[in-house]
Amino acid sequence: MELNKYQQEVFDKQRPVIENFGKKTWAWTIFFMAWILLGGYALYLQIAKGHGITGMRDNVVWGLYIANFIFFIGISYAGAVISGILHILKVEWRKPIIRIAEMITVIATIIGPVYILLCVGRLDRLHHLFIYPRLQSPITWDVLAISTYFAGSVIFLYLALIKDFAIYRDAKLNVPKWKQKLYKILAIGYRGTPSQNRHIRISTNLMAIMIVPLAIIVHSVLSWIFGMTLRPGWHSTIFGPYFVLAAIYSGTGVLIMAMWVYRKMYGLQSYLTDKHFIYLGYIMMVLGAGYGYFTFSEYLTGWFASEKWESDVLEKLFNPAKYGWWFLFANVAGILLPILVVALPKTRTPNLIALVSLFMVIALWVKRYLIIVPTLESPLLPMQDTRIEYVKYTATWVEWALTFGGIATFFLFFTLMSKFVTVIPISEFANKETKAEQPVLNENEIASA
Amino acid sequence: MTGWKILLKKTIFDPFKFYFMKELETNDNGRRDFIKTVALATVATAACGTLASSCSSKVAANEKVKLLSPDGEIVEIDSSYLNYQEHLAIVSKLEARQGIAGKKFVMVVDLSRCKDARKCISACQKWHYRPEDREWLTVKLMRDSENAPPYWFPKQCFHCDNPPCVKVCPVDATYKRQDGLVLIDNERCIGCKFCMAACPYSTRVFNWNEPEMPFDIQHAVSNPETNIPAKVGTVEKCDFCPDRARVGLLPPCVEACPNGVFYFGDENEDTVSNGDETLGFKQLITDRAGYRFMEELGTKPRVYYLPPKDRQFPVERGYENLPENIKARYKDAMEGTEK
Repeated sequence: MELNKYQQEVFDKQRPVIENFGKKTWAWTIFFMAWILLGGYALYLQIAKGHGITGMRDNVVWGLYIANFIFFIGISYAGAVISGILHILKVEWRKPIIRIAEMITVIATIIGPVYILLCVGRLDRLHHLFIYPRLQSPITWDVLAISTYFAGSVIFLYLALIKDFAIYRDAKLNVPKWKQKLYKILAIGYRGTPSQNRHIRISTNLMAIMIVPLAIIVHSVLSWIFGMTLRPGWHSTIFGPYFVLAAIYSGTGVLIMAMWVYRKMYGLQSYLTDKHFIYLGYIMMVLGAGYGYFTFSEYLTGWFASEKWESDVLEKLFNPAKYGWWFLFANVAGILLPILVVALPKTRTPNLIALVSLFMVIALWVKRYLIIVPTLESPLLPMQDTRIEYVKYTATWVEWALTFGGIATFFLFFTLMSKFVTVIPISEFANKETKAEQPVLNENEIASA
Repeated sequence: MTGWKILLKKTIFDPFKFYFMKELETNDNGRRDFIKTVALATVATAACGTLASSCSSKVAANEKVKLLSPDGEIVEIDSSYLNYQEHLAIVSKLEARQGIAGKKFVMVVDLSRCKDARKCISACQKWHYRPEDREWLTVKLMRDSENAPPYWFPKQCFHCDNPPCVKVCPVDATYKRQDGLVLIDNERCIGCKFCMAACPYSTRVFNWNEPEMPFDIQHAVSNPETNIPAKVGTVEKCDFCPDRARVGLLPPCVEACPNGVFYFGDENEDTVSNGDETLGFKQLITDRAGYRFMEELGTKPRVYYLPPKDRQFPVERGYENLPENIKARYKDAMEGTEK
């Protein structure tokens, strides 16, 4: 593969990253592995001793695990929707960030469903989902939707990687033999012929068009697990769009954070520019406003009508002695803060946008927890004649260990992926225009932005 | 279910069962004898009243009885061994899915008679070999409004005609039968707990840990009608005791209640009985203004309640006699009533 001047520049910059694993990376890998091992030990205990070891009980049947499940599937929207929509709209500045976004998608889609499995009492009977399937159940919809979405995301990521694999193959990288072989296999004989380019272009366009509705279906179906029940706080008609929007929103936040980390770690300032942060900040702001609107609409209608069961849940969310402070945090850090920071020109800097994204992503995790637990703690019938320890949910160390194990897996996959492929796609810098349109901010632009 | 549907189910979803059912059906005589024998054995047990072991002397020793083995084969075993076990998997799993033809089971709960004696709960636990801290049946202290006095409200599974739990099950482990019952096949349940989240009445319970049961019960043939043995990581709930209903017995909660709170019967026959008296179901509902709990949810429960009018006991009567740990469960509600 012949590289032009711009491609060579990007490649040279990132070449050392994929050639050397580095002591630092080893240290991080071991650190993440330790967390994963702890999670593995917790999982072993849970399987060996039963779910009694978790904080879940007959009233609160779902807890941290389901919150994590929604959270991870949510952040997977970074690649699906952001990268998919920007691709469809042919936004040029997307090119340096698509790989990060699509990596988030694939990794989060692998980790998310694992949390559903952690919730399942009989893992040895999982095949029952296929030999006794019941199409009426939202869980079956979830299985179908998520597996299709995962397949789509992998293809979408891979299509954008083929050209780069060919570049790695031909560049004679100083990497072990197995890695070179793997690059060769994964490049599937790409030589840059017009017909090959045409096929990749058409496939990528098709996948971008398909991945967006697929993603919307996934989180809608997921929200219907809650929306289809007769539970206050869940049985809401806006849950589908509310979840989808929250998912894209949190995905944008994670994308901004990942960009910030890579930029710092590998010194990619000239490719992941301030403009990327500001543009994604704008997207985040708009999504945040939409999410805020949905939140307001959901809780205002429930509070105003003040139907008994709905009031029980809202009382728990508004009462500072119960979930009040968490609810406040979820809304301030999850809605107001991102909008304010991006809206004010003074705070609209990459560092602050990344910081506020971190808060926003945590706030959205808290929000998922607040959707699940308070509702399960407010059954329609008064919670009497139930054992005292069954009334309130408190996650045990097992659940926390598996939660952090999942987060560590996310980071580990990310670290390893960034050592296998370049985080900035090289082949995308195909012509002069791409480079020219690379958002390098000049003084005037910074001032006006 | 129509013929082709059964065939589809047997061949595609239940290949093993199909094989055994075929075996049984070709050997029709043997099958009939088997059911008859088992039914007789159960009736004999029932006639003796309480525990089967108390009347083991009535069955001649070394008499052989035909039974269905876990592998679906008909085996002969000593009747003394049979008596040792109260529960009998008297029907196949397919029959346990279809239900008893021509029946529509219904329960009526008379709220004016309940004083939270909790005999129903312990009888249920004993019959199903559940530990003391596993309640399929709970008694709530309800209060409809601020000025209305509180009353005891026993609540078991409502066996809804539009069951939210059945709708959400991804593997058809919980199902609705033609006789109105909602049962769980705990050998199919994957333990996703979606049904527990979907049930608006918090009826279902989960085996969070390995259930402790007597050795022989633990190794009994699993059947949705008997609900034994309990299995870790699966959901269970009140089943209206269809294994008893098949031989014309009332559920243990109905029999055990000292105040005759529960009436159990058949809507098609239009009769319900609490063991002491047998009444017309429709007449009872008409006379006593029977209602279904939370009718507005549209779940169409099969349990009817008679309002707590002309109560037999003051609500405190039941509360005073409760052990401390049970009392603590009602603490919040009781404090509310004193205000």
